Amino acid sequence: MIYNNAAALDELPDAELETIMDEVDALMEELQASGELVGGQALADAATARTVRVRGGVPAVTDGPFAESKEQLAGYLIVDCETEERAVEIATRWPDARYWAMEVRPIMHTSGTEM
Amino acid sequence: MPEGVPEEVLRAAVPKVLGALVRRFGQFDEAEDAVQEALLAASVQWPREGMPDHPEGWLVTVASRRMIDRFRAESARQRREEALAAMEPVAVPGADEGVGGGDDTLALLFLCCHPALSEPSQVALTLRAVGGLSTAEIAGAFLVPEATMAQRISRAKQKIKDAGARFDQPVTSERLGVVLHVLYLVFNEGYTASGGPELQRADLTAEALRLARTVRALLPDDGEAAGLLALMLLTDARRAARTDAEGALVPLAEQDRSRWDAAMIAEGVELVSSALTSAELGPYQLQAAIAAVHAEAPGAAETDWPQIAALYALLERLAPNPVVTLNRAVAVAMAEGPRSALELLEPLEADGRITRHHRWWAVRAHLLELAGDTVAAGEAYREAARRTTSLPERRYLTGRAAGISG
Repeated sequence: MIYNNAAALDELPDAELETIMDEVDALMEELQASGELVGGQALADAATARTVRVRGGVPAVTDGPFAESKEQLAGYLIVDCETEERAVEIATRWPDARYWAMEVRPIMHTSGTEM
Repeated sequence: MPEGVPEEVLRAAVPKVLGALVRRFGQFDEAEDAVQEALLAASVQWPREGMPDHPEGWLVTVASRRMIDRFRAESARQRREEALAAMEPVAVPGADEGVGGGDDTLALLFLCCHPALSEPSQVALTLRAVGGLSTAEIAGAFLVPEATMAQRISRAKQKIKDAGARFDQPVTSERLGVVLHVLYLVFNEGYTASGGPELQRADLTAEALRLARTVRALLPDDGEAAGLLALMLLTDARRAARTDAEGALVPLAEQDRSRWDAAMIAEGVELVSSALTSAELGPYQLQAAIAAVHAEAPGAAETDWPQIAALYALLERLAPNPVVTLNRAVAVAMAEGPRSALELLEPLEADGRITRHHRWWAVRAHLLELAGDTVAAGEAYREAARRTTSLPERRYLTGRAAGISG
């Protein structure tokens, strides 16, 4: 999960933004080639978010994100890695990690072993 | 698979056809593609025109033509001529020509399980080149997009090429160990899948069993090949009893043993018994022996727990691994009581690595529950539930936590 601050991102000099985009392109290409990339999406700015709550059966829709903070979930990437360390390594190389943060979590699955 | 063509016939033909091609042309990666194309051609032609008299010979002929076509298409004129000249002494076989014996299957397994490849790549390539599954089927089984799996397979083939891997490798126990491990991974991937929409993954279990049978038949004197097959049979025998009607996991102790597959158990017990008396001892044989002790007990209470604890102790010495220690602790708890079992966990806790894993917390919770410490057990069950990435396991663990504090 890619966390960033959209306002701060916009203020970065063009050259720096370009470097970031190039890094992302290169990393995506690498993950595609290695067969580790399963999927992912960039998300539109949190300003476009609508939050839905149902209380007592009554839905209430408000404008804005669920969590009020400058850092927002900006997108996600699903990778199928051999180890957790490899997933962390990919996150380390994602440029947003230098400015804000990347969060790495396993995906829940529907299989399991009896105990 | 083509309609009216027995799938076993086609799938069993794959390693033989591929082996014949690799022997003739070298170039494992190209040959593998050509065989997939020949299978596709068979799926179109056979239902319409009937099965050829010699399906394997037919597939070899078609795949060989594809390879030669490809040489023609992609080479520069001069290179092409060189390649064709080099190929000349080799006639494309007629439809009645037989193909190589079963040994090619083993050579292919060794190639697909090349140590230069990562485990997921070894698994994918084995399923395609030896198992005859399509890329789409493998991708479906591992729940990744077909493009991801296609990349994984083509990278794996490139790596084998780069490593300069040779087709004929001597059978060493180290390389065989990798092959058995890959088959074990395939089996587990299929076995741990729940029912319902993911039933397709059960095919992986069947595929692993089929390949394990092949390896066992090719190496009848190898104790671990027999042990792995026995372990798979004895584990898969419990399939029908391990989930309830809602797909929730049923723990071993609570399974309806009348639903275990008696024929599979008989075959597994027979296999492991004879391996244990005649071959060098190994981890798969020990795990199969443990599964056999469970299989032969009429119920959880009548299980020979001291025997299981002793087998786990042996396994721990032979192949030390925190998960084995956890399993041993469960058996010790049944044989000697939960306190001795909790003592076994202490060195693991000091090590720290395993405590990130949900299994550690689940076993600890179980032992604390047996010891009557319900508060600590409830906390450990909840911690285990937080740490698992499996939905059915989380449901089960949360249920245990609620059950003892309620």
